[in-house]
Amino acid sequence: MIATILHVLVLLLLPPLLLGVIAKTKAWFAGRVGAPFLQPYYDLAKLMRRGLVLSTTTTWVFRAGPIVTLAATLLAGLLIPMGGGDAPIAFAGDLILFAYLFGLARFFTTSAALDTGSAFEGMGSAREVTFACLSEPALFFALLVLAKISGSLTLTAMLQAPANTLSAGIAAPLVLIGIGLFIVLLAETCRIPVDDPTTHLELTMIHEAMVLDHSGPLFSMILYASAVKLLVLGTVLLHVIAPFRFGQAWLDGPLYLAEILGLAVVIGIVESVMARLQMRRVPYLLVGALLFCGFGFILLIR
Amino acid sequence: MNGLLILLIAIAAMGFSGVPACLLPARSATGQRIATALMAIGSVLGLAVVAAILAGHAAPSLNVMWGLPQSRFAVAVDPLSALFLLPVFIVPMLGSVYGLGYWKQSEHPANGCRVGLAYGLLAGAMALVVIARDGLLFLLAWEVMAIAAYFAAAAEDDKTEVRKAGWIYLIATHIGTLCLFAMFSCWRHATGSFLLETGHAFTAVMSSSVFVLALIGFGFKAGLMPLHVWLPGAHANAPSHVSAVMSGVMLKMGVYGIVRMTALLPVSELWWGTLVLAVGGITSVAGIAFAMGQRDLKRLLAYSSIENIGIIALGVGLALIGRSQGHAEWVLLGLGGALLHVWNHSLFKSLLFFNAGAIIHAAGTREIDRMGGLAKRLPRVMALFAVGAVAICALPPLNGFVSEWLLYLGLFRTVGLGAETGTPAGAFAAAALAMTGALAAACFVKVLGAVFLGAPRSEAGNHAHEPPATMLAPMAVLACGCAGLGLFPLAAAPLLESAVRTWSPQAAGAGTLAAVVPLERLTVAGLTLAVFAGAVTLILKMTLRQQTVRAGLTWDCGYARPTGRMQYTGSSLGDALVALTALLLWPRKFRTSLHGLFPRPSSFKSLVSDTVLDRLVMPVFHAVGQRLPRLRVLQQGQTHVYVLYILIAMIVLLVWCGMGS
Repeated sequence: MIATILHVLVLLLLPPLLLGVIAKTKAWFAGRVGAPFLQPYYDLAKLMRRGLVLSTTTTWVFRAGPIVTLAATLLAGLLIPMGGGDAPIAFAGDLILFAYLFGLARFFTTSAALDTGSAFEGMGSAREVTFACLSEPALFFALLVLAKISGSLTLTAMLQAPANTLSAGIAAPLVLIGIGLFIVLLAETCRIPVDDPTTHLELTMIHEAMVLDHSGPLFSMILYASAVKLLVLGTVLLHVIAPFRFGQAWLDGPLYLAEILGLAVVIGIVESVMARLQMRRVPYLLVGALLFCGFGFILLIR
Repeated sequence: MNGLLILLIAIAAMGFSGVPACLLPARSATGQRIATALMAIGSVLGLAVVAAILAGHAAPSLNVMWGLPQSRFAVAVDPLSALFLLPVFIVPMLGSVYGLGYWKQSEHPANGCRVGLAYGLLAGAMALVVIARDGLLFLLAWEVMAIAAYFAAAAEDDKTEVRKAGWIYLIATHIGTLCLFAMFSCWRHATGSFLLETGHAFTAVMSSSVFVLALIGFGFKAGLMPLHVWLPGAHANAPSHVSAVMSGVMLKMGVYGIVRMTALLPVSELWWGTLVLAVGGITSVAGIAFAMGQRDLKRLLAYSSIENIGIIALGVGLALIGRSQGHAEWVLLGLGGALLHVWNHSLFKSLLFFNAGAIIHAAGTREIDRMGGLAKRLPRVMALFAVGAVAICALPPLNGFVSEWLLYLGLFRTVGLGAETGTPAGAFAAAALAMTGALAAACFVKVLGAVFLGAPRSEAGNHAHEPPATMLAPMAVLACGCAGLGLFPLAAAPLLESAVRTWSPQAAGAGTLAAVVPLERLTVAGLTLAVFAGAVTLILKMTLRQQTVRAGLTWDCGYARPTGRMQYTGSSLGDALVALTALLLWPRKFRTSLHGLFPRPSSFKSLVSDTVLDRLVMPVFHAVGQRLPRLRVLQQGQTHVYVLYILIAMIVLLVWCGMGS
């Protein structure tokens, strides 16, 4: 019970901090002081207190976008284990639900963008749905590897398996899907080199282009949901690339927190040392992720 | 016996529902109402029988002589038939109600009676196909179904496009039927009769021939790639309620054929399942990739049907592999998922075709890129379309997700969980299914966005209005079905399990569906999702109560004169994906180049046509037609000459048979 409460608290409260850590890392690389770690919390709170401008073109779909996205992302967050603990909701086959909840969120985000009738937002939607077609199979190959290793179709067991059964035979596939999943994480959470969340040129954006017209509380929900998504996918990645556990809840909890914040630092470093790819090159990167995950699977079953 | 009698009465009521209208004046609405009433009676009676069988009453059967040599009137209803009977009794009835508003007799005096007659025959013949247990009776029903579908689909035969699509359909369906002739001949050769019963011994070659012929013959009807060539044109040019029945139910008759024949064959070999799995994977990914490139709303929906047939084939392939390898769970999940998807697809695809009819009626065009902003004019149609779109993209918590979930779990099991050994084919099928899912979402975001959202792109939809209740009510029923099956899939489990056991008794080893996969958890997850969405909405409402909500213009980078035509169109949304799959789609682009500082007005056009039909089948047919002009001597265009051919063929066959014995 306490574990579940902790899980929910971390899921609800930690995500904006990751954004803060990424921003701080980037600032440090650029030789700036940067905004405080808690700045994303202030931003979200400020947006919640703002009014809302709704385009006259829009319908209920525009409002449903952020709502469904946040609900689906939070439910996905309840399906994964964090640290050494189990997921609050776990059943055989929850891995498919996990993947498709993000699909549901994507469906409504992109539809909401099209609801504004703006070409910029159309561009963002087109890119989002296109790149998803490549990152989705990559994610499924990674899930197949984890299912094969763990012998289970429950995310909790699948994600804890690398830590429990770490051996030389599974190390290579895990490394490969780790690389693939990291690229998927960068793409799905709109990070450099796929997307640049800080750019201010609508033409070159993916996610930010889709939410141009969302304002106030709706925009706050979108930002929050994408931070939660970062936490959730980051946690999945950590189970693969850092499968070490003490086996003691009071040690594994802090270890997990250190790991996820470390991952945020790594993402910040990647964002600092790389430039955003040309939009037409992004599919190559994602095909690369697909190949990493696919080869990881082939290596495992050979 | 009684149950069967009621069932046959139901089929007759549906089959001949269009007859009274033909006897009444061409503009009279009474005939159409009588037809719908007869359809409803047939549907209620039929559903009552199916319900009785589900409740555990003995499955009725009948086997009597009926005058045809070598053939008996053998019909039976087992769980597998019952499962396919449900959509046959539900969708055509709803389509008939929809037709009252959509294809009014008074507005279509020239073809209304013909459509009604063919529509009823189509529905009755499909029901007969599903219960027939004799090869010749099956073929007879099959042929009535195929030809009735032709007359129903080619309603507006004054248009060249419609006639052309109709011809392609007729040719394709008859090539398929020829394969079925060959298949039933093999069947009779091996078993000694046309009766379709289990328990016969087959040689390996004979069973494989029957399987391959069934796969090709039924594959034509189901629309498996590359046998799908007739499907997009026929669906696009038929009246929408006919498209709904063709796509929602008639394609499933092809699936039924494959499932039934593989159930009758005693063994399955590993390569059967692998073949079906590969065909299913190609069909699903290619089908939805083609859908992505379409600009015609109904062609897009037709390609999406091909995709869904591919998904069903994935499940059948998995079940065949499971049967040959002795894995009861793979059989249960594969065929269970496939059969559930048969239902699901008949629900959401009929819903989407009904929607398409209302949209096309309102917008006055089938071109997606000329629509836009219809959500303001048709809010109810839009809400119903959104339900269908979410369902067909297999997104939780609607029904499409449940069937794909079962398939995924089956496919994941084939890699051999833990130390078990498995077959890697299933893993690649799972990846193909994942890609299909993402492409389907892209495709339906495109439709939803380009048709309903944003601002109107042309004047056409400005005077559109909501369709009448006769059209909305059938859609609402189907949408409720999508939500119901998605939230409470456990209700469907018993019929699925017994149908799977009919297919392969060894599936009983896996126990119930609920014992293998926690179906009840999907209910919990779906309801949790709804609660979360409700909570977030509530928080938003509470927050906004203290804030101002203003209306404004969409942000367009400060550009002062945005117009509806500047929006991203469906084609531009799909452009990147079409480019990614260009090897398969071969998109054609027509553009005039721009010169100078003040270029002249220019135009751009892109087109994705059917690669198999336009690049392979048509060129080959044309080449054959040009190379062999002498054969045209046989084609006189006079009926009595053709009757003479039939007579000559009969005599030759009689002589040949006489020499043989």
